[in-house]
Amino acid sequence: MFETLSLLALQQYWWIIVSILAAILIFLMFVQGGQTLIYCLGKTDMERTILINALGRKWEFTFTTLVTFGGAFFASFPLFYATSFGGAYWVWMLILFAFILQAVSYEYRTKANNFLGKRTYEGFLFANGLLGTVLIGIAVATFFTGSPFNLSGTISTSGEITMINQVNWESPYRGLELAFDFGRYATFVNLSLGLAVFFLARVLAVLYFMNAVDEENINKRLKKKLINNAAPFLVFFLFFVANLLLMDGYAVDPESKMVTMESYKYLNNLLQMPLVLVLFLLGVVMVLLSIIRPIMAYEKCGSKAIWPGGLGTFLTVFALFLVAGFNNTAFYPSYTDLQSSLTIENASSSEYTLTAMSYVSLMIPFVLAYIWYAWKAISNKKITAKEMEDDEHVY
Amino acid sequence: MEIDYALIDWSRLQFAVTAMYHWIFVPLTLGLAFIIAIMESIYVRTGNPEWKSITKFWMTLFGINFAIGVATGIILEFQFGTNWSNYSWFVGDIFGAPLAIEGIMAFFLESTFIAVMFFGWNKVGKKFHLVSTWLVAFGASLSALWILVANAWMQYPVGMRFNPQTARNEMVDFWEILFSPVAMNKFLHTITSGYVLAAIFVIGISAWYLLKKRHRFFAKRSIVVAAVFGLIMSLMNIHAGDESARQIAEKQPMKFAAMEAMYDGQTNAPLVAIGFIEKADHDRDNINEWQLAFSIEIPDMLSYLAFLESGAYVPGIKDLIRGYTDNDGNNVLSYAERMRRGSIAITALHDYKEAKNIAKNSKANEMVKMSFLEKADSLEALFTNQEWVDNYFAYFGYGYYDDPKGLIPNVPVSFYSFHVMVILSGYFLLVFILALINVLNGKLERRKWILWAAILGIPLVYIAQQAGWLLAEMGRQPWVIQDLMPTAAAATKNSVSNIQITFWLFVATFTILLIAEIKIMLTQINKGPKEGGQ
Repeated sequence: MFETLSLLALQQYWWIIVSILAAILIFLMFVQGGQTLIYCLGKTDMERTILINALGRKWEFTFTTLVTFGGAFFASFPLFYATSFGGAYWVWMLILFAFILQAVSYEYRTKANNFLGKRTYEGFLFANGLLGTVLIGIAVATFFTGSPFNLSGTISTSGEITMINQVNWESPYRGLELAFDFGRYATFVNLSLGLAVFFLARVLAVLYFMNAVDEENINKRLKKKLINNAAPFLVFFLFFVANLLLMDGYAVDPESKMVTMESYKYLNNLLQMPLVLVLFLLGVVMVLLSIIRPIMAYEKCGSKAIWPGGLGTFLTVFALFLVAGFNNTAFYPSYTDLQSSLTIENASSSEYTLTAMSYVSLMIPFVLAYIWYAWKAISNKKITAKEMEDDEHVY
Repeated sequence: MEIDYALIDWSRLQFAVTAMYHWIFVPLTLGLAFIIAIMESIYVRTGNPEWKSITKFWMTLFGINFAIGVATGIILEFQFGTNWSNYSWFVGDIFGAPLAIEGIMAFFLESTFIAVMFFGWNKVGKKFHLVSTWLVAFGASLSALWILVANAWMQYPVGMRFNPQTARNEMVDFWEILFSPVAMNKFLHTITSGYVLAAIFVIGISAWYLLKKRHRFFAKRSIVVAAVFGLIMSLMNIHAGDESARQIAEKQPMKFAAMEAMYDGQTNAPLVAIGFIEKADHDRDNINEWQLAFSIEIPDMLSYLAFLESGAYVPGIKDLIRGYTDNDGNNVLSYAERMRRGSIAITALHDYKEAKNIAKNSKANEMVKMSFLEKADSLEALFTNQEWVDNYFAYFGYGYYDDPKGLIPNVPVSFYSFHVMVILSGYFLLVFILALINVLNGKLERRKWILWAAILGIPLVYIAQQAGWLLAEMGRQPWVIQDLMPTAAAATKNSVSNIQITFWLFVATFTILLIAEIKIMLTQINKGPKEGGQ
């Protein structure tokens, strides 16, 4: 079935899959957001244990989604993998360090004789929550604001070795300039998305706790935390969106494949792809509703708000990725060498590989189905203090 | 461009450290998952709560080990991009696929059902729980399959062709990559080694309980399960290892020669059973030669191991460099010739790219542009001409070198890692046999030396695992992709200090986490299982 698709159709199909994985990942980052709220929401040991266990049953899905997102991106757009991961070295390394620390923290935190002590592992969880969200947000923002790199297309010979392909990152700070080069306005745009993701993750975490935790004292604090985090989220998100709609974007000529700057490129993308515009607006409205309704009617809507919040996050991020990659746009642009910018056409795998991988992608609905089934089987009740005392596998 | 060897070395060191740390934890995950699944099956079958507490105890240790395995694993996947971006560019079209499949197929299976395994005891039925435990075990080994397919492809690249337009290798046959004989055998050899490690781990800890006269029934039951499992897997492991030697002899003869520190080839070649090497007295060819200082040899065995014929000729390092005639009477090219042909292939690619660039960008008249376009087309055609590909492109990587010395792997590392691995695998087989016989006839507790041998097996089995990977990865140097891409051409262009900082960060982080893991593990072992079905 996939053999009949054109190369371009396969590239688009895979961009959609990568976008879906990214959208799921950002939704699942409520785990990271929650990790930064443990001390704000839990005032006693038991309360913190409840919160950490609520997150501890979900963290591996976020982690696995990140790994799969990386793998899928590698398989479908290997040149992006080489360029961004190798180039923005420090951004990705810091993200990875944060996830290394997370992976042991749940399991080791309360174990006897754990060398570093409970507080250290809680610190690791906080670091993961902060760095993971902010840096991934910044990395995604560069899909629109660009990065300083060039891909040397010719072979250079000298000394013993000949380089065929070479990614050249044109900043010695290897990606840190994307967050700290304040001489460049785009840095503020990058940071605004990073912080928007951070506060969104905290908002989603509050909504998740409303759904998953049944403990009076925690529940009392949730509503206030929702307001406290929703406000900065909205500020940073609106700042990002306003800039996105007004900025010049990286357009690709469909014939010559030349990359040029186009005014209001991303606004044009939304207007020229009405379906994406609808998804985007729908997503934003759902996120807003999921914030407003629990504030207005906590008893009635609180425990269900995570669903519109999650779906809204998914739709918004999905639409943003389509804006970045579709409609003749360079999804990983270079601001120092326009023609080195990556598009879904020049960065993709071969037709054969994309076809083979498309068959593999048919497994994804099946995977989602068994995840859903297994989740339901083990988390059909809210987490309570009693369960923490009775159960033997407690983090 | 000047190659920065400090950068290459630090990049390699960083990858080696993360891979070796990762491999401390992975084999235990692979094997213990199956041992737990077998134990839980016995519990579900018999309904005996003792087996439930046995299952739960080993599951606790599994969880502690699994967490750090995950932590060290995520970094490896992304390092192909962060530290080996030229590699990712050159072969990402092939190499990315197994990594993605690993995530979609295996990691979700593992992480979903691990949650059921740990949190589901009182929430789902017995059967559903048991199925989940088995799915975790299969998921773990399935993930090993895909990453090992990727590794095998680097050692024996098949199922692809070079595309000069994109200057990269592209997949043309998925099944050839998946079912490559090297991939299948590497998978078998590696996962069974993980099963052996886990079986030794279980027997060693149980032996310690027996020595302390604690949890005696628990310990003996664990030993029965682990020894039967370990014995079967150990035999399969040795069988696959034997097959692996033949594959290396055929496909990576330089690695094979380095494993035995054999510089001069011979017929009826003996296998060194135990040996030590030293710097050669006369290094006439100035290739940093080593010689055996002491050895016990098995006559004809190396020839038989490599070609199933005791009289077969096994080429040494010098023969490979100079060229020789193989057992079928074919002439094998010298390294000088391979370097010449490789550099012709590289030059062809260089000229092709240049001609295309000129045709596209120059301001010359149309006639000149046309002539460059024609030149580009004729060069491009070379890469689809099978004869040219077999005779020239096949040696592409050799074109990076002008001295064969750079094409010899580290001989002492290859030699010792090979022999340590082989000797220890015999030791583990013996432990399984002795433990099984003696636990069945009830004499195990009296024969303390067997218990001590089993405990000693734990550090040894970790050493054997690391030795195996040292051989696989150091023995194939200088290649990151056999014959096509040297490791030196694969690294990301970066400053050495950046890599040094991340290297030390990794060393510090992983070491601290390892200490934490061992302390937690020992505390849990010292606490022992809760007997009586809870």
